[in-house]
Amino acid sequence: MTATEQHGAPAAFGPMRRKEDARFVRGRGSYVDDIVLPGMLHGAVLRSPHAHARITSIDTAAAEAHPKVKAVITGQTLAGLNLAWMPTLSNDTQAVLATDKVRFQGQEVAFVVAEDRYSARDALELIEVDYEALPAVVDARRALDADAPVIRDDVDGRTDNHIFDWETGAAARTEEVFRDAEVTVAEDILYPRVHPAPLETCGAVADFDKVTGKLTVWETTQAPHAHRTLYAIVAGLPEHKIRVISPDIGGGFGGKVGIYPGYVCAVVGSIVTGKPVKWVEDRSENLMSTAFARDFHMRGEVAASRDGRIRAVRVSVLADHGAFNGTAQPTKYPAGFFGVFTGSYDLEAADCKVTGVYTNKAPGGVAYACSFRITEAVYLVERMVDVLAYRLGMDPAELRMRNLLRPDQFPYSSQTGWVYDSGDYQRQLALAMELAGYQELRAEQRERRERGELMGIGVSFFTEAVGAGPRKHMDILGLGMADGADLQMHPTGKAVLRISVQTQGQGHETTFAQIVANELGIPADDVEVVHGDTDSTPFGLGTYGSRSTPVSGAATAVVARKVRERARIVASAMLEVSPDDLEWDGARWFVRGDPDQGKTIPEIAFAAHSSLELPDGVEGHLDAQTVYNPPSLTYPSGAYICVVEVDPGTGGVKLRRLVAVDDCGVRINPMIVEGQVHGGLADGVGMALMQVIAFDSDGNCLGGSFMDYLLPTAMECPSWELGETVTPSPHHPIGAKGVGESATVGSPPAVVNAVIDALRPYGVRHADMPLTPAQIWRTIQGRPFRTDLAIT
Amino acid sequence: MRVTMTVNGETMTADNVWEGESLLFVLRERLALPGSKNACEQGECGSCTVLLDDVPVCACLVAAGQAAGRQVLTVEGLRALAGQEQLHPVQQAFIDAGAVQCGFCTPGLIVQAYHLLRHSRGVPADPDIREALAGNLCRCTGYEKILDAVRLAAGRPGDAV
Repeated sequence: MTATEQHGAPAAFGPMRRKEDARFVRGRGSYVDDIVLPGMLHGAVLRSPHAHARITSIDTAAAEAHPKVKAVITGQTLAGLNLAWMPTLSNDTQAVLATDKVRFQGQEVAFVVAEDRYSARDALELIEVDYEALPAVVDARRALDADAPVIRDDVDGRTDNHIFDWETGAAARTEEVFRDAEVTVAEDILYPRVHPAPLETCGAVADFDKVTGKLTVWETTQAPHAHRTLYAIVAGLPEHKIRVISPDIGGGFGGKVGIYPGYVCAVVGSIVTGKPVKWVEDRSENLMSTAFARDFHMRGEVAASRDGRIRAVRVSVLADHGAFNGTAQPTKYPAGFFGVFTGSYDLEAADCKVTGVYTNKAPGGVAYACSFRITEAVYLVERMVDVLAYRLGMDPAELRMRNLLRPDQFPYSSQTGWVYDSGDYQRQLALAMELAGYQELRAEQRERRERGELMGIGVSFFTEAVGAGPRKHMDILGLGMADGADLQMHPTGKAVLRISVQTQGQGHETTFAQIVANELGIPADDVEVVHGDTDSTPFGLGTYGSRSTPVSGAATAVVARKVRERARIVASAMLEVSPDDLEWDGARWFVRGDPDQGKTIPEIAFAAHSSLELPDGVEGHLDAQTVYNPPSLTYPSGAYICVVEVDPGTGGVKLRRLVAVDDCGVRINPMIVEGQVHGGLADGVGMALMQVIAFDSDGNCLGGSFMDYLLPTAMECPSWELGETVTPSPHHPIGAKGVGESATVGSPPAVVNAVIDALRPYGVRHADMPLTPAQIWRTIQGRPFRTDLAIT
Repeated sequence: MRVTMTVNGETMTADNVWEGESLLFVLRERLALPGSKNACEQGECGSCTVLLDDVPVCACLVAAGQAAGRQVLTVEGLRALAGQEQLHPVQQAFIDAGAVQCGFCTPGLIVQAYHLLRHSRGVPADPDIREALAGNLCRCTGYEKILDAVRLAAGRPGDAV
């Protein structure tokens, strides 16, 4: 079911079928593992079985003697090339192949290159590594204990596991409000470690041409240009001799932003052997070693008045970053965009402190449609609003309605310095309540509670901050977050758009063609979108943080407008009038007052390539380029309502309904937008009820396969119910805001709030995700457990 | 060893197959049919679903030798069923319903959906569709539009369904 509103979307915008699907439905997509090059060899990574251990020796002789093995690469080999360690995206370093110690289970220790994949794997077992096991830091809350083993003793002078302290907001002012408040509530809330688990694991095919000195790497990357620059910096290869190709990508969700050791090993393997080398990790390697997400141990506090006015929010966070600080986020935000923990509410004060620590777990943190930690921020504040509602005995929807920002408050400066661009929050929540039949649901709940049945209704409201970002404020390793776009107009009026961002399923080849079509009045089918190849696209930072439409979509609109303006001058020569006398009607430049006299873009494009005499100083052709430096972030929002039933006998949850009303500004392709929201809702169900990467006391990963790390199937997902409101972004050229992560951000608190609401007869105010039957059963008994560690 | 099987209606032979090799490996690496995807190699995700004598299987869990002398249908074969250049109604429905995002689960789901519809009369009930697709993970779509595609294909005429 979809409730839509009239909002006058332009003609080229609409539910156009995706251009990319013709290949996908035939099995003709071309993913990294589908790349086959002549003479290609295959790599495999030997990984640590220990979470923390000193390497005393590595013997590769038997592996090297394997008849099909071409090379065995260890940390020692890489140290000789100054490549044993590489920079992370958070200005830390990460071992490519371990030299001194292993620091998490699954860490890369050696790399074998062989004639085929099976032989490479067989040879891994021939490598003898002697380890001296060390005690592991598994519990983030013990990482800063005085007697905690020091994980990063590779760094001179390091005597503890502390990474950073970061603070935002105003502590003294917040404390004042708390002291003065009629009501305060506090709760410890864990957003446990999860993994994005795209269906395609990570991999690379590296091909170094010794004759030309050119390195071509096909990679599962969401950020091909950033990778190219980093390879140039890290490996000392000249950047113009590096070509990174990101072909079809089987889902990314943030897990394919960073550079993984396997990519570097494939490159080194190709340089060493002189042959192309393919490396594709298996599922367990993917779950155990590539970027995890979340792992935020939070304490939230809310100060309010007795009648339900939320006055201040205070948060302290312990952030578990694993063994290397590898979060992929803008440089000056060590806790990402967690600063939007003030939510969608008008507060008097807010304060937040985040401490990051090392543990003996895989690195990562910002991966999984999190909008740079807004998932955690929204979960915290939306859970806390429900805790407050519980304390006040108020309806959680009513409490939110009372505190949401009003339309006349935009642009709104939050207590932590974020400037929300636009929104109509009350209307949005009201629409969600109407679609859900909120009052009827509450009536049903009262009835069923009387019968002893557990039914829960959960509400969440979120504001996102996406489209990173203004170059002045945002960079990753010194690379500003602006993106280029080139638009080439052929003489016959067909267009080729080259963009820096890289789809992993978001449908860029369609959406971006629609943007050009809308600006130039040509069919979207006449626009070819080129992306994912650094040799044929302009520089930009790639696709993550819901930034493609806000940044690259804006670049696309701007470059198309440049083409249109160039076309105006050519049209003026064609029509022998001044450019000032021309008007654009959506498909043609026509002479003001004489609408019959006009020229379409294809007509003008041909003329621009012809012998037509152009005004002095006007070049021929219509091609244009631009770089879009976003003036600000965009702020999508959502109102979600979830309905569940809980079986008190088993602790099992039946998810009955999930209503999602999103406002992502102007929708370019509503079909694609809906799909993005659907996927995020399933993520929310997974994280709230099923997914967790936990560890035992020795640091063994307990989520290393799809039998252990449970993902929602068609059985766990209800039929989603969507609605929309549209408040265009005031500063985006087409008013779009980005939607790729909204539902992943907004749905976990809705589902958890619903389950906790169902457990209200037991006096339950909070329990940590995932709310598995075991966790719910224990919560009913008054003994919820820590979901990040092995159940005790 | 040498393994001969009928794949998408065509007799195909793979040489030098190691006894432990999976059907998925042989299809992708030896028979140039990379449509079936390797996403978990543990039989948990369904991305490599093919029909083996009209039974959906995870090709990663079937030893290539087990397929010797049998009929295998992969996503590449559906088009052939409908005529060389046309799409099979199930494939067309996935496009029309917007059921594809990253595309990695798509080949397995299309084969699974094809099998369901081949053995259903009319439009299957919602719980039946969900159950039939429960072995196929999708990380992008939340399944809704995939269900739409199955219903759409079921309601359309097509010889092969």
